[in-house]
Amino acid sequence: MENFVELIYFLTAFLFILGLKRMSSPNTARSGVVWAGVAMVAATLATFLLPNMHNQLLMLVAIVIGTAVAWIAAKRVQMTDMPQMVAIYNGMGGGAAGAIAAVELLRGEFGEAQGLKLLAILGALIGSVSFTGSLIAFAKLQGLMSSRPVQFPAQKLVNAGVGVGALLLAVWVLFSQPGPSILFFFLLALGFGVLMTLPIGGGDMPVVISLFNAFTGLAVGFEGFAIGNAALIVAGTVVGAAGTLLTLLMAKAMNRSLWSVLVGGFGVEQEAG
Amino acid sequence: MDSTWAALYIFLLAAFTGYEVISRVPVILHTPLMSGSNFIHGIVVVGAMVVLGHAETPLEQAIGFFGVILGAANAAGGYAVTERMLEMFERKPKGGQ
Repeated sequence: MENFVELIYFLTAFLFILGLKRMSSPNTARSGVVWAGVAMVAATLATFLLPNMHNQLLMLVAIVIGTAVAWIAAKRVQMTDMPQMVAIYNGMGGGAAGAIAAVELLRGEFGEAQGLKLLAILGALIGSVSFTGSLIAFAKLQGLMSSRPVQFPAQKLVNAGVGVGALLLAVWVLFSQPGPSILFFFLLALGFGVLMTLPIGGGDMPVVISLFNAFTGLAVGFEGFAIGNAALIVAGTVVGAAGTLLTLLMAKAMNRSLWSVLVGGFGVEQEAG
Repeated sequence: MDSTWAALYIFLLAAFTGYEVISRVPVILHTPLMSGSNFIHGIVVVGAMVVLGHAETPLEQAIGFFGVILGAANAAGGYAVTERMLEMFERKPKGGQ
């Protein structure tokens, strides 16, 4: 049975890449997403067949809740509101990657495999930043908060401090037994996602959402390593690379450099006059 | 070659694949493609299911459950949004080929 599930995962990876290829040309784009969709359903169903799995009822309930809410919301919103829908669903993917890492780290699953633990932690860091960052992007575009850059005194310093703090805690988690360090690490990583997105204005949001999309892809790829699932590694990495390139292309099309989008918000005080 | 190295080779090849698949994409497809790749990393739901499937303590179960909800929302919402965006391309008449 395990080989059957692996075969489905293999075909899933194939259909994802093919689907993405078809999506990059206007004439075939529609069929591309349908193929990838078929693969997604097959992979999800196949996962129920993996040996030594428990909590199947919980899985089913969670899938029904997540699918129903997201599907209905996506079908109902106005076409003009689509960018923020991409943002929020992307954030959820980042959150899911973070959740995978959280469970694995709590269990102390890795033993001597420090390399895998490092990847799990990096995925958790990137996924958490993408999670809260995307939620802020959603809130800004949806009008839940002002789309203007949010600024406060010593912002650069605070942001850098939280970012460095998250990295230091990542090192602590890497070299310690499961404990409170995990909680503090996640809090700082989630906080950094909020702080890094606050100073970015609404006009630059598409580029930022694309960047977080690449982040989530990379996080999913890293968690794929951590739990030994090749479908996650392939799909996540492909999206991570494609998303990074797409981010650069989008920034170029808007005549902005990625650097000025990310750091530009910090310098608005000088520009505004 | 152990499986970690095999996985690293997969990583390398997948990264190039992602890069190559996207290059030379027309500007009009940037947003739908971002949405489409957003859908594809919804495969994270499978990872969350595996983790929930091996969860033992209530805390692990709770985090795993939460993860599966988020992953399923990423996949389902990502698909629905992408399909709606791409529908517009299909309806558009192909002018003067």
